[in-house]
Amino acid sequence: MKLGRIRTPWWHRALERLIALFASSAILAVVAIGIFVFREAWPLLVDDDALTDQGGLSSLFRPQLWPGYDEPLHVWQPVGFPGKLDVIPLVVGTLKITGLTMAIAIPLGVGGAVFLSEVAPRRLREWVKPAVELLAAVPSVVVGFFVLAILAGGVQRAFDLTYRLNAFVAAIGLAFAVVPVVLTITEDALRTVPRELVEASLALGARRWQTTLGVTLPAAMPGIAAAVVLGFGRAIGETMIVLMASGNAPVMGLDPTSSARTLTATIAAELGEVTPGSDHWRVLFLLGALLFVVTFALNELGRWVVLRLRRKLRAEDVAPISGTTRRAPAAAEVAP
Amino acid sequence: MRVALVCVIGLFACAGATRRAERNAAHTVTLRGSDTMVVLCQRWAQAFREARPDLSVQVGGGGSGVGIAALLNGTTDLAAASRDVEPSELDGLRERGGAPIVLRVAVDALAVYVHEDNALPSLDVASLRALYRGRATHWSDVGRSDASRVVLYGRENSSGTYVYFKEHVLDRFDFAAETQSLPGTAAVIQAVRHDPKGIGYGGFGFAHGVRLVPIAPTRGEPAVVPDERTAIDGSYPLARFLYLVLSDAPTGATRDLVTWVLSDEGQAEVAGAGFFPLPAEVREAERAKLEASAADPADSIEASAADPADSIEASR
Amino acid sequence: MNRGDRWLAWGSGLALATVLFATSALFGVTLFEGVPRLDAAFFVEAPDASMVGGGIGPALVGTALVTLLMTAAGVPVGVATGIWLAEYAPRAGRFGPRLAILVRAAVANLAGVPSIVFGLFGLGFFVLFVGRGLDHALAEGAPVWGRPGLLWASLTLAVLTLPVVIVTTEEAIRAVPDSLREAALGVGATRLDTVFRVVLPRAAPGIWTGVVLAIGRGAGEVAPILFTGAANYLPELPNDPRDMFMHLGYHVYALSTQSPDVDASRPTLFATVLVLLALAFLLNLVASVLRSRARRIA
Repeated sequence: MKLGRIRTPWWHRALERLIALFASSAILAVVAIGIFVFREAWPLLVDDDALTDQGGLSSLFRPQLWPGYDEPLHVWQPVGFPGKLDVIPLVVGTLKITGLTMAIAIPLGVGGAVFLSEVAPRRLREWVKPAVELLAAVPSVVVGFFVLAILAGGVQRAFDLTYRLNAFVAAIGLAFAVVPVVLTITEDALRTVPRELVEASLALGARRWQTTLGVTLPAAMPGIAAAVVLGFGRAIGETMIVLMASGNAPVMGLDPTSSARTLTATIAAELGEVTPGSDHWRVLFLLGALLFVVTFALNELGRWVVLRLRRKLRAEDVAPISGTTRRAPAAAEVAP
Repeated sequence: MRVALVCVIGLFACAGATRRAERNAAHTVTLRGSDTMVVLCQRWAQAFREARPDLSVQVGGGGSGVGIAALLNGTTDLAAASRDVEPSELDGLRERGGAPIVLRVAVDALAVYVHEDNALPSLDVASLRALYRGRATHWSDVGRSDASRVVLYGRENSSGTYVYFKEHVLDRFDFAAETQSLPGTAAVIQAVRHDPKGIGYGGFGFAHGVRLVPIAPTRGEPAVVPDERTAIDGSYPLARFLYLVLSDAPTGATRDLVTWVLSDEGQAEVAGAGFFPLPAEVREAERAKLEASAADPADSIEASAADPADSIEASR
Repeated sequence: MNRGDRWLAWGSGLALATVLFATSALFGVTLFEGVPRLDAAFFVEAPDASMVGGGIGPALVGTALVTLLMTAAGVPVGVATGIWLAEYAPRAGRFGPRLAILVRAAVANLAGVPSIVFGLFGLGFFVLFVGRGLDHALAEGAPVWGRPGLLWASLTLAVLTLPVVIVTTEEAIRAVPDSLREAALGVGATRLDTVFRVVLPRAAPGIWTGVVLAIGRGAGEVAPILFTGAANYLPELPNDPRDMFMHLGYHVYALSTQSPDVDASRPTLFATVLVLLALAFLLNLVASVLRSRARRIA
C-alpha cells in the first residue's frame, strides 16, 4: 500500500525502543513494589533466629501467656518489656472497620447509583456526577481531619458512645473514600444493562420499581460485585482516615463502638520509629506485603468480573435487537 | 512532548543544584525525634535562626525512637528524646564508630489529665497503673463516686512518653488493649478535654482546658501538683529530663546549636514551650560534657553513657 | 406514580442525598471556618513554631515542588506507556498484544496498591536501596542520598500516579480517529512522526486531563511521603532535591494531631484544610473542563 515510503531515520527507531522500554515501567513498578516490600520482611520467613524472643514465626498468630497477663492472649504491643508482636488484633481491627465501612458504603453507593441511573432526570445527573467525582478527589487526610475535628464529637453525643474515636466513626470516614468507587462502578454497571431487557420488563406490565429490583439490579450484579470488591480493596488500604479517626487501640473483638487498629494505621504510626532490620521493622513490612497481596487479589478479582461483564456485553452487542447497550464501563478498570 | 522535554530539563536543573546543596549542608542542622519536644525544637529552630541567620535547623517529629533510629541511620544530626536512651541504642551508635553524647536540655513533668469537670481529687501511682493496665476499669475503682467506665488515652508506641510511662508507671507491664493510641500529645489533650470519662497523660506544657491530677508517689503520701518547683526538686513523681542525642562529638553548626541550646537564650525558649529550664548545676554539667567531648572525643563515651547520675532523682 | 416506585425513588434518592450532604457539609464547614483566617500573608509566611499563627508558605512551596518533580518524572513515562499501548502494541507482532495485556493488568493493580504500601516501597527502594547505594558509590557511606527527601518522595508519588496518566493517555489516543493516522502515513510520514505531529496534538487535552488528575492525586496523598521526605516543621524552603520539605497534607495531619493548643490553632488548621481542599477542587475542575474539551474534539 505505502508506495513512496521514506526510510525511517535511526533516531525514530531509537525513540520507539525507548517508548517500548518505558511501557514496561508499570510492570516493573508492580514487581519492584512486591520485591522491595517483601525483601525487608523476608528474613522473618527464612531466618531461624527471627522472632526467637517470642517463639518463632507462628507466634505472630498465636495467643500467648505473656508476663503480667492472666490468660493467653493476642497482644500487639511491639514496644514493651518484652515487645509483643501478634498481628491478629490488627487483622481483626482491619476487618472490623472494613466490614462496617462496606455496610455503610454499599447501601449509599448502590442506592445513589440506582437513583442516578434509574430515577434522576438527565439534567440532575449531569449536576450530581461531578459532585461525586469531587468527593473522590478530596484528599484522605482532609476526610480524616473532618472526622476527627467535627464528626466524631457529634456521633458520640448522638449515640452516647463511650469512645469518641471508634471503629464506627472511622468507618463513616472511610465511607467517604469508598462510596465514590462503589457508586461510579455500580452506575456504569447499571447503565450497561441492555435497554431492551428493561423495556421488555416494562412492556410485560412490571412496574418501574419491580423492573429495577427484579431485572436491572440482578442483570448488573457482576458489575456491582466488582464495585464492592474494588471498594473493599480501597477500604483495606486507606491509611490517613483510620489513623486519625479510629482511636488505634489494638482491641480484639468486633464491638463497632470500641476502637480498632488497622494494618495500614499500624504501619503509618510505627514504621518511622523502629530500628531498620529489627523484628518489629520486618513485621511491619510483612504487614505491608500482606496488604499488597490482599489488594492485588481483590483487584484481580474485581477486574476479572468487569472484564467478563464486558465480554458478555460485547457478545450481546453482536446480535442485539436495537443494539443500544448504554455505555461500556471504562472507568471500572482503574476506579480506585 | 515539548512539555515532557521541559520537565526533563527541569529535572536536570534540579540535579545540578545538588552541588550547591552539598556546600549548604554545612549550614544546616537536622533534628528529629520526640513529638513531645517538637514544639520546643521548633522554637529553638526559630530563635536560633534569629541569633545565627547563616545557619538553619530542620526539625522533624515522629517520636523519640524515630530520632534515635535516624541517628543510627545517619539521617539526622541530632535526635530529640523524651526518654532515657537505651544502652542497646548507645551500643548501636558506638558500633557506627562514634562517641555518642546524651545531653539533658530541659525538664518535663509528665502530667495526668482529666476532664475539667472530673472531681477526682488525686491519684497515686499504683492506682494510675491499675487504670492503665486495665485492672481498674471504672471511675469508682479509683475513688470517684461515678460508676462510668474510664476511657484511657495514650500515645503511639513510637513516643518517648509512651515508653517512659510504661517503664515508670506501669512497671514495664503493658497498656490495656483498650487504650486509645493517639498520634500526638495534642490529640490526647483534645480527646480528654471533650471526654468527661477520659484520662490521659502527656507533657505538662501541653495542658490547656484539662485538669491536672495531683499524683502521690505511693498510697498514703500527699499528692503533688506538677509545677516548676515540684518537677525540678523531684517531689513530683513523674518528672523527667528531655534529651538531645548526638552520635559523636559535635562540630560546626551542630556544635553551635547545642551550645546555644544550653545558653540563657536557649533555655529561655524552654519555658515558652511549656517545659522547665534546666537547674543551674545540671546546665553546668552538660556544658562540661560538651567541652570534654571537644577536648577528647574518646572521653565522651564515659561522660555520656546513660548512667544513673543522669536520672532526675539524682539531681535533686 | 405507584407506591413502590415512590419508595424506590425516595430510598435511592435518600442514599444519594446523604452522600451529597456529607460532601457539602465537609466543604461548607471548611469554608465557614477557614475563610476568616485567610489573607495574603497566610500564603506566604512560614508557620510559627507554636503552630498557632503564621502561614503555610513553605508547605505550599513544598507541595508545589514535590508535585512538579513527580510530574517531571512520572508523566513522560506514563505518556510513553499510553502511546505504546495505543499505537504500538497492536502492531508489535505476536508479542505486542500479549505484553499489552500484562501492562494493563499491571496498571490496574498499581492503581489498587494501598498508598501506605507505596510509602514502604519508597522507603525500601528509593531511600534505602537506591539512596544508600548511591551513598556507598559516591560519598563513601556518608548519608547524602540515603535519607528521606524531596526527590525520593517525588519519585514515590510518580509511581503512585503512573496509572492515572497511562489510562487517560491511552484513552485520549484511542479517541483520535484512524483516518488521521492513515492520512499522515499515506503522505509518507513515519509512525513516530504520525504519533508526535498528528496524534498527540489531537489527544493533548485528554492527556492533560490525566496530568492534572495525577497532580491532584499526588498533591493530596500523605501516606506515601510519611517516611520518604515530609518534615514536620521546616521554615526553610528546600533548595536541594535531597532536602526534606513541608507538605500541605502532612501539615494538616501534624496540625490536627500535634498542635500544642488545639483551640488556638483551629482557625489556622481550617484555613490550611481549606487551601488543600480548594486545590483539589480546582484541579478537579480543570480536569473536567479539559475532559469536556477532549470529548468535543473527539
